[in-house]
Amino acid sequence: MKLGVVTFPGSNCDHDALHAGSVHGFESVRLWHKDTSLPSGLDVIVLPGGFSYGDYLRTGAIARFSPLMAEVIAFANAGGLVMGICNGFQILCEAGLLPGALIRNAHLDFVCRDVTLRTETNKTPFSIALAEGSLLRIPVAHGEGRYVAAPDVIESIEANGQVLFRYVDVTGAASEASNPNGSTNNIAGIVNAAGNVMGMMPHPERYVEAIVGGADGRGVFESLVRHLAGIPA
Amino acid sequence: MKNYHATVTVTLRKAILDVQGKTVESALHSLHMPQLGNVRIGKHIELSVQAPDADTAREVVREACDKLLTNPVMEDYAVNITEEGAA
Repeated sequence: MKLGVVTFPGSNCDHDALHAGSVHGFESVRLWHKDTSLPSGLDVIVLPGGFSYGDYLRTGAIARFSPLMAEVIAFANAGGLVMGICNGFQILCEAGLLPGALIRNAHLDFVCRDVTLRTETNKTPFSIALAEGSLLRIPVAHGEGRYVAAPDVIESIEANGQVLFRYVDVTGAASEASNPNGSTNNIAGIVNAAGNVMGMMPHPERYVEAIVGGADGRGVFESLVRHLAGIPA
Repeated sequence: MKNYHATVTVTLRKAILDVQGKTVESALHSLHMPQLGNVRIGKHIELSVQAPDADTAREVVREACDKLLTNPVMEDYAVNITEEGAA
């Protein structure tokens, strides 16, 4: 199993993602934004968190045109698994691989703390190892994480089971208080209609070992392993 | 070819709550200027364009807006084109 992590100028969670991959038995390989081809045998591509191109213009707007992104888009369109975390989620939305956009947090503050996520579906390669309704404690760290989309888009991703994670309180209820950034319907993570491209603002790669504060992020990586091994939910 | 000056005004789409604008509005009200309202904050982009005529210049800038300068999911834009003074 091979997991590639793209480093853009300004990425700062790339090594965490490489480590999280290795911890789960992946051969983690570094990919450079200026590369014009992908290594052979890649199973998963991760677009990591950070501030690619200093967030200039809009988050992800310039990274989306990196040379390697043409390959990432082709990989995704061919059914390859692509996961965008935080800035990676923003880049996937800018690239049109995921619907909607991420804009300034409703309260205008950068938010950096643990949040509780509710797993909305386990019918995706990114959540197959998680029980539907299970709660995960995972950190967020972003200034522009408010998920928005046109009302008909929100309606369709909700109806199609494309909402993967929702911000909730410790009892599992999606309340305004549990929403760290004002995202529509408390949406924290989504998949595309085909289910092979996922974006989420929280950082599962930061919580894969108890020694760093939590291990609830493992479920996402364990899901990828399980999916690639062909083991159903 | 002529030289044109283009300005692009980018604002959040009307349907999206402009939290920066709201915050600035309430700051203005706390500075005793209650007559000010509907504050919206956007971006102002200036470009120079070489084109045979103003319509072509506008076309190129609109293409730049659609491809890179703005995101139609969240933003609206307006383009203004003026011919640069002949030297």
